[in-house]
Amino acid sequence: MKILIGMALAIFVARAQVTFERIRHAESEPGNWLTYSGDYSAHRYSALDQITSQNVKHLRPLWVHQIDALDKAETTPLVVDGIMYVTESPSNVVALDTRTGRPMWSFLRAVPKDVRLCCGQVNRGVALLGDLVFVGTVDAHLIALDRRTGSVRWDVTVANYKTGHAITAAPLAVKDKVVIGIAGGEFGIRGFVDAYDANTGKQAWRFWTVPVKGEPGIETWAGDSWKTGSAATWITGSYDPDLNVIYWGTGNPGPDWNGDVRAGDNLYSDCLLALDADTGKLKWHFQFTPHDVFDLDSTEVPVLFDGMFRGSARKLILFANRNAFYYVLDRENGKFLHGRPYAKQTWARQLDDRGRPVPVPGIEPTEEGLKIYPHPAGGTNWYSPSYSPKNNLFYVAARESGGLYFKGEADYKPGAEFNGGGMRNLPGDPGFGAIRALEPTTGELRWQYELFSPPWAGVLSTAGGLVFGGCDEGYFFALDSSTGKPLWRFQTGGKIVSNPISYLSESKQHVAIAAGHAIYVFALD
Amino acid sequence: MPASPTLSFLPLLLPLWLFQAEPTSEIPKQNPHASAADVERGARLFRTNCGVCHGPAGNGGRGANLAQPSLRRASNDQALFLVIRQGIPGTEMPPGWWVLDDHEMWQVAAYVRSLGRVPPENVHGDAQAGERLFRTTGCIGCHQVALEGGNLGPSLTDIGSRRGVSYLRAVLLDPASSLPEDFLQVQAVTSDGKRITGIRLNEDTWSIQLRDLSGHLLSFWKDDLASLEKQPGRSPMPSYRGRLSDQELDHVVAYLVSLRGDR
Repeated sequence: MKILIGMALAIFVARAQVTFERIRHAESEPGNWLTYSGDYSAHRYSALDQITSQNVKHLRPLWVHQIDALDKAETTPLVVDGIMYVTESPSNVVALDTRTGRPMWSFLRAVPKDVRLCCGQVNRGVALLGDLVFVGTVDAHLIALDRRTGSVRWDVTVANYKTGHAITAAPLAVKDKVVIGIAGGEFGIRGFVDAYDANTGKQAWRFWTVPVKGEPGIETWAGDSWKTGSAATWITGSYDPDLNVIYWGTGNPGPDWNGDVRAGDNLYSDCLLALDADTGKLKWHFQFTPHDVFDLDSTEVPVLFDGMFRGSARKLILFANRNAFYYVLDRENGKFLHGRPYAKQTWARQLDDRGRPVPVPGIEPTEEGLKIYPHPAGGTNWYSPSYSPKNNLFYVAARESGGLYFKGEADYKPGAEFNGGGMRNLPGDPGFGAIRALEPTTGELRWQYELFSPPWAGVLSTAGGLVFGGCDEGYFFALDSSTGKPLWRFQTGGKIVSNPISYLSESKQHVAIAAGHAIYVFALD
Repeated sequence: MPASPTLSFLPLLLPLWLFQAEPTSEIPKQNPHASAADVERGARLFRTNCGVCHGPAGNGGRGANLAQPSLRRASNDQALFLVIRQGIPGTEMPPGWWVLDDHEMWQVAAYVRSLGRVPPENVHGDAQAGERLFRTTGCIGCHQVALEGGNLGPSLTDIGSRRGVSYLRAVLLDPASSLPEDFLQVQAVTSDGKRITGIRLNEDTWSIQLRDLSGHLLSFWKDDLASLEKQPGRSPMPSYRGRLSDQELDHVVAYLVSLRGDR
């Protein structure tokens, strides 16, 4: 027995540190899930192939971890060397043994009662670097925990939660820094992306997503409207280690549905930002929806892809935007290469040759309610897409629904919602969803599998030829990644508002997903 | 050492005290700010602060439909004020005191109450005669009143507090004219040819649950069905046009309007 414990310890010590190099080469250790999207390219793809289209019918729940919180479980678990790190509402972290599902330690964060979030006290996961675990909190702190004990190493205030700032995104560990985005796009905050020294918590840089007077872009905001310009950054971006550039999406301008008070393009709302990882300096930006009046946050996950585009090898970004268009950009310079709708939209006539949408003339929310597609929740939303190198396909969980958009008053009060209107679902038209497989450089539909409701769960593709997804009615399911044929499903009993992952435990492939208020882990019989 | 330890702790205690639930005895039972001007101001505040979830007209969206005479979490003015002021823990309903003062919250409460007020209408019929017709013309076979009646249609125990005279009369004549948003009649045909008509209780990508016209609860995998027809805009309730005279309709409506629930 002593020998066994000694061996286990030796393995732990040998693999103790989650170095930058390990994350950078995450594809070489598919047994772990080291960062939010699986790798820096944000493919959410597992090279594990034990679970296949032939044997997935034998997939069974192995254990369930119940979360003692009422809010949605949006977490993406990270797994390293036999331990799974999971966040729980509001901003707690628990380390679970992947063999048994039993907790090793918990970090319980007491948050003030008056935190302000538009959409629930949620958290989407941690980042790992060295021997630390990083978590953002709903009261806008960034905290580093000891990976062995869960004890606090440092705790910094990122912003004032009383003005509607909060952290719900998983941080991204890059080199010796931890990068984090801020939520609060419905509260008229001034958004930013921050980086902190991983060891000390000292702020390394901040990129403001709304310029001030004297800076480029200020001319895109009428009067003082930039002061409440929002452009929050509430979803984890991706990173290109060769270019040393972080790619991060930004959210809607504030107020959401009343653009009268903020004439102009409203930079850098609804953008993809390319930031120097060392300095936070802006390399380029691409704005998907200038002067947005439909709450079309571009806080989706940017997928990095190296491939042939019209005959030449290019470094690309694939981006399924909430505005229902699919984009292919050059990630070296931000140049628009291609775009087309992947879900129904009625707000724009087309994209022009620079990728700028040509809106239907005069289209904006009204006091009576304007009907457009997509619904304010978008053609997709924050949950993750996936790219499979095995199939060379881009997978997205698409939402097919419309909404009624209302324009209203926009009186800014610090800490109060600053929406300038409201929305309703279309009466009698609940819409539907679909898992769609797109050819990556053209966005052409290769196959789709329809879902009863517009989904709130991301997808994972695997080398076993599978795409895993989840739906509002609680099913966690697997489709054939080549054809979209449904192969397996399990009823979790709770709405799925999260992203799947895969990893090895005791040399066996596992798949995990948060559903309802629990983490479910599956393995073959 | 401070002369008075108690006093030195005051600044620390004060913020904590602010989070304590207020004694409800201090809060008026009835809304002190419910004039027409208050309702109007409340409507403006509502659209700015509440409309994003509850819909600009208060009839629901991500948040609950408030255009109802009785609200589950706010049976009286005081309770409604407290819900607005403190929010609902464990839900996305935030505390109103972040952004509104007490006066403004009462004005919002006045507006919310105005949404569910059923305008008084003249009732012409005789409720007792209506109850007899309700029992003899088939209504009670499908609708429950208090503890009696069928379960295919919705319970009518408190229908009088939710619906007005003209609405009820219109629905008796044309039952499909006002179906709830998620109401759907379906017809399923099983692989062995059995045809089942029922009301959809639930549905997902792979399965459907329904209550057939005899009240049986049924569940099917869609793959096991030969066909599944959705019949939006249809209701199993028959029209009473021509089956009841105008006067009899008045009686039934008078009876329904008299049903105000147990509370």
